[in-house]
Amino acid sequence: MSDMHEKDKHPSGDKPILKKEMSRRQFLTYTLGGTGGFMVALPLIPMLRFAVDPLLQTKGEGDWVKVVEESQITTEPKEFTFSKLQVDGWYSSTPDFAAWIAKDESGKVFALSPICKHLGCTIQWAGSEVKEDPNQYHCPCHGARYTKDGKDLKVASVPLDQYDVDIKNGFVYLGTVMPNKRVK
Amino acid sequence: MLKNVYNWIDERLDITPMWRDVADHEVPEHVNPAHHFSAFVYCFGGLTFFITVIQILSGMFLSMYYVPDIINAYASVDYLQHKVAFGAIVRGMHHWGASLVIVMMFLHTLRVFFTGSYKNPREMNWVVGVLIFFVMLALGLTGYLLPWDNKGFFATKVTLEIASSAPFVGTYLKEILQGGNIIGAQTLTRFFAIHVFFLPGVLLGLLGAHFFMIRKQGISGPL
Repeated sequence: MSDMHEKDKHPSGDKPILKKEMSRRQFLTYTLGGTGGFMVALPLIPMLRFAVDPLLQTKGEGDWVKVVEESQITTEPKEFTFSKLQVDGWYSSTPDFAAWIAKDESGKVFALSPICKHLGCTIQWAGSEVKEDPNQYHCPCHGARYTKDGKDLKVASVPLDQYDVDIKNGFVYLGTVMPNKRVK
Repeated sequence: MLKNVYNWIDERLDITPMWRDVADHEVPEHVNPAHHFSAFVYCFGGLTFFITVIQILSGMFLSMYYVPDIINAYASVDYLQHKVAFGAIVRGMHHWGASLVIVMMFLHTLRVFFTGSYKNPREMNWVVGVLIFFVMLALGLTGYLLPWDNKGFFATKVTLEIASSAPFVGTYLKEILQGGNIIGAQTLTRFFAIHVFFLPGVLLGLLGAHFFMIRKQGISGPL
């Protein structure tokens, strides 16, 4: 390395330097480093891919689940439970899920997820009979509040998630959970 | 007899200098509680290590009965706690030791802070100590889920929500830790693997570095 610098600096060198030659030491460093890196990567790549597999697996298409007759839905949110197939690794089960379903002013049915966007507790609708913060969703854990549309008023920084809703033959069908599109 | 065995091995492998280097060294007067009783504060680090050894041993024995599976985890913990002889004691050591190790580590940190032992040339050992603190917290977190009871389940739910609130990488971080879309079978096996293999490996490496630096740099001087 120092030899090359010596030559580079020489202004009146007899022949111009066309290319920097690689020293034997540098060549060996690169070769051994490359081989070493390859031999480390070879066993490591399968292991890392193995570990992140759940992240890269294709998410199952959400199935529609029949939940309740449309006639039962009012402008006051009500909680409805339904069971849905859930695949958890090597276990399949049909656990219960809940949704708060209501009609908005234009009569459109919408359903909100009961999972608080602050830290994942379960929210409840508090109607007009409640003294403090009536007609809001209340979270019991850290006092988060949401409007009927799920807009975050207190503690939480994101509105409540909503379910995909479909009405067929007078029944409300719920699909996948997605970020709230009702409030801006 | 034992002396002969030792000599036979020592002749061949010359092990005396090795253990001398590890164990044979003077304890300065100012850190020896026999000289000044107040020097007991210098024992907190060693006590932390002592509890860590108990955690490793009791954990090894707990894994003889424990099953990291959502159907059987709670039943296996219930069985080893109530049906196995001394089960309550072995799991009790692991359960209470987990909290005690945090307390001792905190006291040790206070001692290092108030004696100024973190200063030049021991800054790197402070950094390694803080890394050990994080690993211990992670061990506590991952171990909390393993009995698969409601407390552990919802504590994990909250923790993963906190992880998911990290900017940019949050949702990926959560899913990698969770091993899927929900806290379920794959979360439990993942936390088990992290608790029992990955973190103890990291911990032992960091402890090795911690102790090597103490030996290399010596104990900090009296106040």
